Amino acid sequence: MPVMNMVQALNTALREEMERDDSVVVLGEDVGRRGGVFLVTEGLIDIFGEERVIDTPLTELGIVGFAIGMALNGLRPVAEIQFIDFVYEAFDQIVSNAAKIRFRTGGMYNVPLVIRSPCCGGIKGGMHHSQSPESYFIHTAGLYTVMPSGPYDAKGLLKSSIRLDDPVIFLEPKSIYRTVKEEVPEEDYTIELGKAKKVLEGGDVTVVTWGAMVHMVKSAAGLLKDKLGAEIEVIDLRTLFPFDKDMIVESLEKTGRLVVVHEAPKTLGLGAEIAAFIAEHHPELLYGPIIRVTGYDTPFPLAHEKLYMPNIARLYLAVKKVLEY
Amino acid sequence: MSLLGRVDIDPEKLERATGLYRIIDEEGRVVGEFPDIGDEVLRDLLHYMIRARVLDEWLLRLQRMGKVAIHAPNKGQEAIVGAVYPLRPEDWVFPSYRDLGVYLVRGMTEEEILDRALYNRDDPLRGSDFAIYGHRKYNMIPTPVPVGNQIPHAVGAAYAMKYRGLDTITMVMFGDGATSRGDFHAGLNFAGVFKTPTVFVCENNQWAISVPLKRQTRAPTIAFRALSYGVDSIRVDGNDVVAMYKTAIDAITQARRGEPFFIEMVTYRLGSHTTADDPSRYRSEEEVKRMERYEPLRRLRKYMEEHGYLREGEYDEIYKMYYDHVEKAAREALEKPPLPEDVFFENVYGDKIWVLELEKEEFYESLGIMKELGLEVE
Repeated sequence: MPVMNMVQALNTALREEMERDDSVVVLGEDVGRRGGVFLVTEGLIDIFGEERVIDTPLTELGIVGFAIGMALNGLRPVAEIQFIDFVYEAFDQIVSNAAKIRFRTGGMYNVPLVIRSPCCGGIKGGMHHSQSPESYFIHTAGLYTVMPSGPYDAKGLLKSSIRLDDPVIFLEPKSIYRTVKEEVPEEDYTIELGKAKKVLEGGDVTVVTWGAMVHMVKSAAGLLKDKLGAEIEVIDLRTLFPFDKDMIVESLEKTGRLVVVHEAPKTLGLGAEIAAFIAEHHPELLYGPIIRVTGYDTPFPLAHEKLYMPNIARLYLAVKKVLEY
Repeated sequence: MSLLGRVDIDPEKLERATGLYRIIDEEGRVVGEFPDIGDEVLRDLLHYMIRARVLDEWLLRLQRMGKVAIHAPNKGQEAIVGAVYPLRPEDWVFPSYRDLGVYLVRGMTEEEILDRALYNRDDPLRGSDFAIYGHRKYNMIPTPVPVGNQIPHAVGAAYAMKYRGLDTITMVMFGDGATSRGDFHAGLNFAGVFKTPTVFVCENNQWAISVPLKRQTRAPTIAFRALSYGVDSIRVDGNDVVAMYKTAIDAITQARRGEPFFIEMVTYRLGSHTTADDPSRYRSEEEVKRMERYEPLRRLRKYMEEHGYLREGEYDEIYKMYYDHVEKAAREALEKPPLPEDVFFENVYGDKIWVLELEKEEFYESLGIMKELGLEVE
């Protein structure tokens, strides 16, 4: 089985889906000759030509609006937004149209569209190349939101997203595009949307996280065991909406303690929704408070980004606190 | 105009929008009417262009050393200094991220630009983002990184000047890629409708990362598109600093009368889009080599040497003088301490907000724990 990084796995998923289904097309800024600024679409133009791998003019609202039209009329576009920080020009098209066309038309039309985009921080990208805006999309009814944490999941989740008949916001944590490598099967496989993955077993504290933070949290497990005697159970959510409530609940039945870790700012981040869901439906499972370790409620900074982002020290404090109960 | 009558377009306006205005050609020969601009101005323009190129070279070097996060090289586009030079200090400039010459003409020093690029303790923008420059004291607004966002801002700020009875104007820079964005269309449209005192400068460097201009628009020229919004325009050889300067004087005069004006500066990006880009993936070395002949400093130098403004060897002396200056400035800027660790809690709101105050406390606690556990985070 070949070992791949996430860029290669995503590239493979796109190529295989385009081979499998003529209606799959790729479009975006620099996705053709340049192969995308992170090379996720590298080589696709040579295989599938300019009509299926489309270098567009520089306008996100154009890319998404155009892709919605394609999706209405038989294609399955995979639109790349060069950095998710640039998606806001297309917000009207996503929120008012991609998300709502099924509802507006009484189910007569649907939008099988994937919007792929590099997201999150950790590469000194400053305030407009580092954001984690998943909450805007999660808050919008009609959209799926997905964020893989590694190559294997990236391939399977992207394939499922392309085959879905509804729009998917597919967020790719750019800091782990090339740093995480693992075996990725050459054959076709999909990963069901809405299903999380347990990446570490433990009995004391449930840590729910996603994206690049999965790796930060895993790397802290040894220290938390040494210093606090706590074994954490780590759940990688993978699909952010609809999130896998069952796996969280099942884990809490064992641990009774919950920490949520995400890069996005705390206020109205997905951590708030998870905490509210547990507090509303399963208060009996909790020994104490649910703690969130998140980006701060400021713009993402260029200076001291590693201090801005959730880190081991902050996770340590959170775990220590939930263990007090 | 009657509802069903025909509408005429002034053929002179069309000619300006589709022609190419130039004074000095790529070999330094005078091919247009040379304006009476004075020796001082010519020397100033040369010095600003050399300073921009030297600084560009240093920022690239500092980026390779890992000291600058990302740099957007401006080599080949230095003639933009001609557009800003005739502005008054009270006028407002909304630059783009590839505009070292603009920052210098507005009065930013190499020292200030380096503090910004290295985001050290003296960075006036407090470590907010990379590749953006500006300062309130120079009436120059640091650019938003999303392409073209500043275009409607320049139009609104110009409207405010008119509303407040000021005789100042705004000037805004952006690339050819930005002309595809909604911001461009909204900005141009508002400028036309509200007759704002705005000068638009589109630095058409032919490439939006890997996408060539022909893939950006099917319009014959970018200046032609401006005309369609009722904004007078001109297409200029943007590697001819004298033509840029002369054009800007006329454009600024018109804007001060309360009419917007649009300059398409036809130029070429000799370097990469940013230090994170690899242009060999989408354009040939031959193309770049061919375009080097047209670059703005080469021709100005030729012109000035042949017309006795520069003696032999003087160009290299000037270059070295600025090079040594930036070398010293870079050394000093690198020695300055970083911004405080809690800098990103500043300037989010004007008021104190409890949410941030609470998060700040948690932040300090985490710094303490880092020390206690010996964790290296940065």
